[in-house]
Amino acid sequence: MVGMTTRINAIEVAGLRKSYGDHEVVAGVDLAVPAGTVYALLGPNGAGKTTTVRILSTLLPADAGEARVAGYDIQREADQVRASIGVTGQFSAVDQLLTGRENLRLMADLGHLDRSHAESVVAQLLERFHLAEVADRRAGTYSGGMKRRLDLAMTLVAGPRLIFLDEPTTGLDPRSRRDLWGIVRELVADGVTVFLTTQYLEEADQLADRIGVLDKGRLVAEGTAAELKRLVSGGHVELQAADGERLAELARQFPEANPNAAALTLTLPHDGSLTTLRRLLAGIGDDAVTGLAVHTPGLDDVFLALTDHSTAGDSPEEVPA
Amino acid sequence: MNTATYGVRDSATMLRRNLKHMARYPSQTLMLIGLPLLFLLLFVYVFGGTMGAGLPGAPARDRSDYLTFITPGVLTMTVASVSISTAVSVATDMTGGIIDRFRTMAIAKVSVLTGHVLGAMVQTALALATVFGVAFLLGLETATSAMQWLGLIGLLALLSFAMTWFTVALGLASPNPEAASNRPMIFIMLPFVGSGFVPVESMPTGLRWFAEYQPFTPVIDAFRSLLAGSPDGSDVLRAIGWCVVIGLIGYLWSRRLYRTRAAN
Repeated sequence: MVGMTTRINAIEVAGLRKSYGDHEVVAGVDLAVPAGTVYALLGPNGAGKTTTVRILSTLLPADAGEARVAGYDIQREADQVRASIGVTGQFSAVDQLLTGRENLRLMADLGHLDRSHAESVVAQLLERFHLAEVADRRAGTYSGGMKRRLDLAMTLVAGPRLIFLDEPTTGLDPRSRRDLWGIVRELVADGVTVFLTTQYLEEADQLADRIGVLDKGRLVAEGTAAELKRLVSGGHVELQAADGERLAELARQFPEANPNAAALTLTLPHDGSLTTLRRLLAGIGDDAVTGLAVHTPGLDDVFLALTDHSTAGDSPEEVPA
Repeated sequence: MNTATYGVRDSATMLRRNLKHMARYPSQTLMLIGLPLLFLLLFVYVFGGTMGAGLPGAPARDRSDYLTFITPGVLTMTVASVSISTAVSVATDMTGGIIDRFRTMAIAKVSVLTGHVLGAMVQTALALATVFGVAFLLGLETATSAMQWLGLIGLLALLSFAMTWFTVALGLASPNPEAASNRPMIFIMLPFVGSGFVPVESMPTGLRWFAEYQPFTPVIDAFRSLLAGSPDGSDVLRAIGWCVVIGLIGYLWSRRLYRTRAAN
């Protein structure tokens, strides 16, 4: 797979493996991330997401497989890889005793930026990440969201064209999460490639061009959010019947449907298209139904179906097609 | 990019970082300087009269002689005391997220450690100057020539360089900062079981054997001879030898630990 593609890939991985003792954490992962796109590695805790990021960012040696990051081999050209990437790990990597400005300045010095350039980059990042007001306070006094923004700003000081974000919004409140999503979108608009891991389906759905679902060290599915949603059934329309008599009537009319006498609802499988919805509605009398809900399969359904086989079948919303 | 060419620049950056840490968190530095000072005052004023009288020598000795006798031991203890903070700050770095950030950057790998070593050297220099200052205030008298002072300062620098590399390794080997603060504690006690506070000849046989052959004894004896203005060549050479051995073990051990901890 590596080298076969003609597109410019920021990341190319083939047959990546990593074990700790008998436990195989990454069990043969292949993937490619075109430059300028966002790739989300989605999976439950312990799926191997962080290990994959640590291998690709040169923190961990792989047991087997090949990977090129920013065009460089991660084992033989680790220094060139490091010079090309920015990494924001799962745990806060800010220096608590330094101020926000000093943290950024530290990154500029270690990134070997010249003095005047360093000063302007630091000032710009403080502004852009809404940290200018707290720039001269110690990072240890920052809120979780501020620390996370500083963390990401530090990753960007040297201007990497490829960044790794390991669970960037874990532990953040919804507002901070949305702020961070906004920042990631801006980066992508500037042409930066982003490789992120997340356990939040919404995050992958919101940000990623392509999503890889990782389970027990294996990629069990890969594609755009829409492609993944098509992989699972479970789209349905739920009709709220006016009374029991109407419900029975509807049930006779739609033999494939699943009536619930207690809730007075009728659940019909639905492929999500407008045509079938229109056809369905045309066959229902105005007074028979008091409410209607269209449920399209979300990434949640994909996630559960692909990564946790023991509970997927128990889902109350699951409708046999 | 050749990371080796950035070794000096990155080490200087890391040194600045560590100096800022010391300035922001001075209580640790003060406590570690305070400990040897406390021993100095305690031994001179509480035990000094009795201990001074017990020192061997023809004319009767007193408190001021005891001050002269223990100053080398207290200097050694000061170096050991400051090295605790080195172990703690290395362990703090290694257990926090920031070390992964440094590792994913194209910087000279050794700079993370050299920054700590250089920072600790600065801290030790401050601590030693303070201890010397207090000792002189208490009435320390020396017969050291200018050249001998240079030798003394050089030997102190060598000792702190060696001890720092060793405690960097202890910090790397510690699972957390708390463990890191306990492990170098033994080095503070070593001057007691050596020639720091009493002549080793006064100890019972087994202990005396240990005291004579442990590394701090020749170091303390060398300091003592330099302060007396009559350097003992064999003590100085043994002291240098021990410092080189401790420093080399510390450096090689640190390097190995730093690499293997990357594979976690």
